[in-house]
Order: sequence, then structure tokens, then C-alpha cells
Amino acid sequence: MAEYKHVLFEQMIKDFAQNEVKPLAQEVDELERFPEETVEKMAKLGLLGIIVPKEYGGAGGNYYMYIQAVEEISKVCATTGVILSAHTSLCVAPILEYGTADQKKKYLPLLARGESLGAFALTEPNAGTDASNQCTVAVEKDDHYLVNGSKIFITNAGYASTFIVITVTGMTPKGPEMTAFIMDRDLEGFSVGKHEKKMGIRGSSTCELIFENVKVPKENMLGKRGEGFKIAMKTLDGGRVGIAAQALGIAEGALDATVEYVKSRKQFGKPISAFQNTQFVLADLATKIAAAKCLVNVATDAKQNKYSSLSVAAAQAKLFAAETAMEVTTKAVQLHGGYGYTREYAVERMMRDAKITEIYEGTSEVQRMVISGALLKK
Amino acid sequence: MAKNIWVFCEQRDGEIQSVALELLGVARALAQTTNEKVCAMLLGHNVLDKANELVAYGADVVYVVDDERLAQFVTEPYAQAAFSVIKKYEPNVLLIGATSIGRDLAPRLSARLHTGLTADCTKLDIDQSGKLFMTRPAFGGNLYATITCPNHRPQMSTVRPGVMKKLSPDTCKNGEIVVEYVQWDDDKFKVKVLKEIKESKCDTDIEKAKLLVAVGRGVKDVEPARELACALKGALASSRALVDAGVTSQHTQVGQTGKTVRPEAYIAFGISGAIQHIAGMEESEFIVAVNTDKNAPIFKIANLGIVSDASQVIKEMNKIL
Amino acid sequence: MKIAVCIKQVPNTTEIKIDPVTNTLKRDGVPSIINPDDKAALEAALNLKDKCGAQVVALTMGPQQAEKALREALAMGADEAYIMSDKAFAGSDTLATSTIIAAGLAKLNPDVIFCGRQAIDGDTAQVGPQIAEHLGIPQITYAAQIDYDQDRQALIVKRQFEDRYQMLEVSGKCLITVLSSLAKPRYMNVWDVVNQDLKEINVITRADIEVSSEHIGLGGSPTKVDSTAAKQFDKKIETFELDPTAAAQAIVDALKQRHLI
Repeated sequence: MAEYKHVLFEQMIKDFAQNEVKPLAQEVDELERFPEETVEKMAKLGLLGIIVPKEYGGAGGNYYMYIQAVEEISKVCATTGVILSAHTSLCVAPILEYGTADQKKKYLPLLARGESLGAFALTEPNAGTDASNQCTVAVEKDDHYLVNGSKIFITNAGYASTFIVITVTGMTPKGPEMTAFIMDRDLEGFSVGKHEKKMGIRGSSTCELIFENVKVPKENMLGKRGEGFKIAMKTLDGGRVGIAAQALGIAEGALDATVEYVKSRKQFGKPISAFQNTQFVLADLATKIAAAKCLVNVATDAKQNKYSSLSVAAAQAKLFAAETAMEVTTKAVQLHGGYGYTREYAVERMMRDAKITEIYEGTSEVQRMVISGALLKK
Repeated sequence: MAKNIWVFCEQRDGEIQSVALELLGVARALAQTTNEKVCAMLLGHNVLDKANELVAYGADVVYVVDDERLAQFVTEPYAQAAFSVIKKYEPNVLLIGATSIGRDLAPRLSARLHTGLTADCTKLDIDQSGKLFMTRPAFGGNLYATITCPNHRPQMSTVRPGVMKKLSPDTCKNGEIVVEYVQWDDDKFKVKVLKEIKESKCDTDIEKAKLLVAVGRGVKDVEPARELACALKGALASSRALVDAGVTSQHTQVGQTGKTVRPEAYIAFGISGAIQHIAGMEESEFIVAVNTDKNAPIFKIANLGIVSDASQVIKEMNKIL
Repeated sequence: MKIAVCIKQVPNTTEIKIDPVTNTLKRDGVPSIINPDDKAALEAALNLKDKCGAQVVALTMGPQQAEKALREALAMGADEAYIMSDKAFAGSDTLATSTIIAAGLAKLNPDVIFCGRQAIDGDTAQVGPQIAEHLGIPQITYAAQIDYDQDRQALIVKRQFEDRYQMLEVSGKCLITVLSSLAKPRYMNVWDVVNQDLKEINVITRADIEVSSEHIGLGGSPTKVDSTAAKQFDKKIETFELDPTAAAQAIVDALKQRHLI
């Protein structure tokens, strides 16, 4: 029997993005406003629990659907795209993969129904690309761990209730022993600090987290003690597929807007689409987008089927899609001319939004390290 | 044998609806070809005195069912009354206005009579044998289809209001008025009217206005256009794009999914002329189009086409008037 | 309460364009959608399901490809889906179509039937009332609002006319045709998008229904298509490029010349 779910899902997510997400994109950017109402709508439609199995209240869908959702939403609003991506890839996925039966039972239904938004906390002021240089410490005491320290640049922080937090629980000859915890927002001593003012994805909530003697119950440890770094890296492998999809979406959105623009904009008595320069630029951009889409598909395949190639595939997808998004949006602005530099046209926002995809969840340089590392290890 | 051209003459609160008179006009023309009579069917309560009006507008015979069950329109009593009269006289053709009443009653009747029905016709022809050719727009107004109903009688059609022309009333004309009685089956009346509320229509009715100032996507501000419509003693109409955008009200929408209009003048500002829009206004007597895009399809049907900025032209016209 | 919703898969006529050279319809690549009024009818039914726990059954008549429309209905929350498909049904006009659908509905025995007011590819608005007549149940057309009164076990329906509305009450079986303005259809949801693949689409063929062959298909249709013609534009055209001031004057002059002002 033919499966209809992918056909129907595509129709659903395109309708949703066009009718519910797109109309808010400019305002969300302009006012640096977190689109709470959109998140609520996504929750109601099951979009926050696409990959969560039915027994945990999720839709029982797959990564192809989730990745398509991030792509389609990012075509019209990259802010909303990253909210979905951080929630799903960085919080839902690790609980699904490393959580105990009790943890899954407790957290997945809340996350799937959107009663709780998810976030992931690894980065610290002195642990960016050098992620192992952690200072947030968790000390074992009776039935709990006592956590002290802080995190920065945490996506969804202002609105999330469930956080995956990476901590240091000791030292080993190889370096710090790192451990992951699931932390509830209402834990005593846990607070959300300063909200960052950003260049792009301005509606997303990016904040610091502060831990002052936070008692985290032992049963909230995600995976085993000492598995924190592995969990973080594997989670980021998955997350990069989401960000690659976001970058791809931004590039597609910018190209769509530009194609429409060059057909209507007239100079020297004809539409600028009639000039060969325009045509050749568009052809190159469309080709790069097609290539990025192939890489995203390969990485999604790897994530869905748990292939060991995921790490490299995700790094390649993110590297290429992010740099494509930057190139496409920059040239989209150029083809729009002066209008493209104004906030009247979406490509201005898209160019600012695109830049972050080269930076977060591993900079383009980190992706090159991952790819070359795997090559040279052989 | 089935004979004569019948018209279901819609009334509301005892007032004969314009479409009924239009249908008598076209029925007259059809009856001329077949050499038959024009028969009006008037259903309602306390409506007997309206029968003369139908004669003046072209009916040779008026069959009246006057009963309190017909005071308000509800499908089943109207269907019973119409069915009983039709069964008795066996019309060759039955025309019904394509209003929210006609399009409720006609299909119900056609199924009860087991005959064909063609919806929302814009053109009717007949041959001498009495075979009716019913033409209607299809596929969102992109095509015209001509439909016949060769082997079943009556040949039924609902006809779009505002398309056919009524005759000038002739108060000296003679006609026969026949009162009919119905064997009611009251057990079948399952739908109860709790209340009926009349709604005031929008400020101006675009179907009745002689001149329409119509605005589309190319007009940035609707207020000056409204002002212009007032100055020209016309009404404001709009394309679907502005209705969808919430700028103008649904009452003003012209086109396939809106209203069909045929004013004496239709001035289209900033309307590109999608086929769906044109379907609702192309019968206008005189069409003026103003649009910045000289390739806009609206220019293909305009009597006077002007390539210019619509908003600016509205402003300038307001200055002159 | 069991609510049957009749839906039709139609080409999205707003995307149909005319080939300017051949003056024929360009139908290639025009997507098929659930007829908008029918989608509103489905929403009305799902709404009642949310409020008072109805069972919602979607039914369509059409070729096999119409399965997609039913799948979409399931993905919006309908419980079951039926397709009436058979060569014997092909070429049916509205009366024959309503005969077939009424026979299919009779097998499902719903308490209430919802239809869209009319389909965008035919714009007839006839099939709903004709089904009601075949089934011998009352009809309410042009429904702008539908509520269920628990105490009276009755549906309260706002029936729209051009110049007024009625509030109608109906208990027992009935058929209601719904305006698209009644409700904005919900989106499909991911749970049901995934679930619908686990559901069967029930097929109803000629052999499953009791109707006379004289009343269905092309042969059983009282109306016949005599001819079709593409729309012709034959107005006299004059187009000028003018600045706004000159344009305004030209229009005013033209209106004056015709004694319109």
C-alpha cells in the first residue's frame, strides 16, 4: 500500500508555514519578539513531537518529516525554524536516545504536546568551539547533584521548561569527566539571565543560564556519569541536520523572493530577469541549493537509520548549506539593489538570519575539523 | 404532453423579486419561438394581489398558491406546493432564479420530479420543437457549456440574477389568474423556523448601482475610491484580493465567487482582471480600466483602457469632481 | 451521532489559466484539492465531534485518485473514509450523482449528512439537496453556523439568504449544505497524518448499491452537454498611456459623453 503520510505532511507544513508563520516573520524580527502563539499552534498540530513515538504522546513520525518541517518553516521565518530545531534535535532527541524509561515517560509527553519547550545547554563563556573546557560543576551529594556555574547563548532559554545541561562531575587523566542532566526550569537556584540582542533570528530567545546550588535529583542524570561529552557531541551531530535544513530553507526562501522580484522589477525598459547577469546568478544559486538539498537528504537518511556516517554527513550538510545560505542571501540582496538593503524586503532579514547558520551548533570551521578529522583518521 | 414556459416567481415578504421579472422577460422570448404560453407560478402568503404585476411583465397565466405555510421560505412546503402544481400542468420548461431560495428549491424539485436541472445559466435558447439550450459558465468561468435535457420534462434551469432583461411593464395586458390548492403532507415538515432576521445590506448594493468604482490590489488606499464612488453616485466594488486581505467587505466582491454585476459603467482601478473577476463584470455596458501594467488582461475587455497609476488617477478625479 | 461528510476532489480552478494563443484551458499541473465548501463542511463535522463526540465519516465519489482527498480528511481527524468508484458511475450528471451517493449513504446510515454548498469546478449546488430528496430527509442549505442543542437533541442552524437569515431547528435525520464562511478548516495534524496510513479506504462499487442502471452514469443522466466554448472577448478596445491628470480628465469626459455624470 502506498504511503500518503509524506505527501500529506508536505501539504500540511507548506500551508502552515505560508498562512501562520510567514505573516509574523517581519514583526517577530523587527520587535525581537518570541512567537509564542506560533509555538502554541505548532504544539496543537503535533509539530513539536514529530519524532516522539505514539506511546509517549508523540505523532510517531520520522526525521524526514521533522527535517522538512524545519526547512519549510525556515523558508519564511528562520526564527521559528530554530525554535523547532533546538526543541526537537537538542532536547527531545537526546531524551529519546539516552533517557531511562522513567525519564521518557515523564518528559516526552510534555515535550511532544508542547506543554514544555526544550533547550540544550553546552556553551559557556570560555567553552565555545573548545566545548570540553567546561566550568559548570555538578557535585554528588546524597540523592542529588549540586550544580553551580553558568551557560550562555542558550536557544529557547527564556521560554523552555526542560533543559539538557552538560556539566563537569570530575577530572580524569584524559580531561574533565562530563555528565548530562535533564533540568526543570523551576528548580531552586536555577535562573535565566541576560537576553542576547542578535543580528539575526531576532525573535528566538537566546539567554544565559545561571546555576546557584541547584539540587538536581540523581534520577535526572541523562545517560551514565561521564557520558556527557559523548551525548553532547552525538546530539550536536543530529542538531546539525536541523540547522542544515534551516540554512537550506533560508536559501530557498531568498531565491523564491528574488525570482519574483526580478520578474517585476524593470530597469532600462525591461524586467531585470531579462539580463544575462541576473539569469546566470540565479542559475548558480539554484544549483547550489539543489546540491545543499542533496546533502541534507543524505544526512537525514543517516539520522533516521542511525548510520555511523551521521557525524560526517551532518557536518558536510551543515557546512555547505550554511555557506550556500550566506551566498544566496547576499546575492539576493544584490539583485534587489537598494530595495534589498531596506527592511521592506524579506531578503534583508534573510541575509542577517543566514549568518548564524555558519556559527551555531559548531562553526563552519568546526564542521571542517569534523570532516577532515574523519578523513585523516583512516 | 408537456407544454408552456413556466417561471417560478420568487417573492420575499410579498415583494416580487427582480429576478422573477427578468425570467418572465426571457420566458416571453422563448414562448415566441415555440408558440407557447408564459406561465408564472407564485407561491406565498397574502400574495394574490401581486399576480397582476406578473401579468404586466409578461405572464399569460399566473398560478397562485396562497397559504400561511408559505409565509416564510422553507424547502419542504415550497417543494410540495410547486410539485403539486407542476404535476398537474406538466410544463415544458421551468425557470427559477438562481438565488439562495431558487438554488435550494430547484434541485429538491428536480429530484422529486426526476428530471434534469442546469444551474446558474446565463443564456437560454430554444428550438421550435421546444428543446431548451441552457448555457452556463464552467470551470470557474473559463468555459461555457451548453446543456440540454432531451428526454425529461420539465426542462429545468436556474438562471443567474441580473443577466436576463425584464420587459417594460404593460399594465393593459390581459392575463389569467388561477388559484391552486395543495394537499399538504404536514408530517414532512421537520425544519422549524425559530426566527428570521433581515439584515441591512452594506451601504450600497453593487448589484443595483448604475456605476461602480471597482478597486483591486493596485489601489493602496480605498478611502479616496469610496469618496469617488460617492461623487459619481455609484457604489464601491472590489476584487477578491482586497476582500481576502480584509480591506473591503465581502458585499463588495465582484466575480465568480462574488457577485455578478452589469452596471452602465464599471471603472476598474488597479484590477489586473483575473478570469474569475471578469466573469462577474464583463456584461457591464461600459468598462474603463486603469492599471500600471499595460499587459493586464483587464485591458482586453475594457472599452477605455488607461495605463496609469490607479491611486493617482482616483485622486485626480476627486479633484475634478 | 454519526455524521457523514460528502467531499469532492476538484482541480484548483483559481490556478487554471487560459492559453492566450490557442484560447484553451491550461489544466496541466493544476493541483487537485478538496472542494473548499466541502472542507468547511468537514470542519463543521469535526467541530461537533470535538464538542459532543460525534463519529465523522468522509465519503467521496470519483476515480481512484480521489483517495488522496479522503486521506486528507482522515489526516484532519475524520474517523472513516469511503470512496464510491466504478466505471458505471462515470459521466453522471448531478441527478445521477446524487442517486449514487444517496445509495452509498443509505448503507452507512448516518444521523446527519454535511455537504459543501457547491463545488468550484461545477458551481451547481445541486447534489446536496438532490441527495436529501432521494433519502427523504429534510435539507438545510446555505448554513452559516451549526450548533447542537443537547437538551432538545436538535441541530440549530443559521441559514443565510442574500438579505436575511433564519435560525432553524431540525431534529432527526437531515442534510445540511455548508458555506465556506462557516468555519476555517483546521490543518491536518501530525498524529492523524501518520495514523491515516494505518487506515483502509473503504470502496463502494456498483455491485454494493441498490439502484437502477437507468438512473446512473452517462445513460442515466437527464442532462447532456450539447457543446462547450471557450470564453471570447470581443469588446472594442482603446488603450492609452496617460499621466494621472490626463487620465482622470479622459475618464470624466467619457462618462459625461455617455450621460453617466
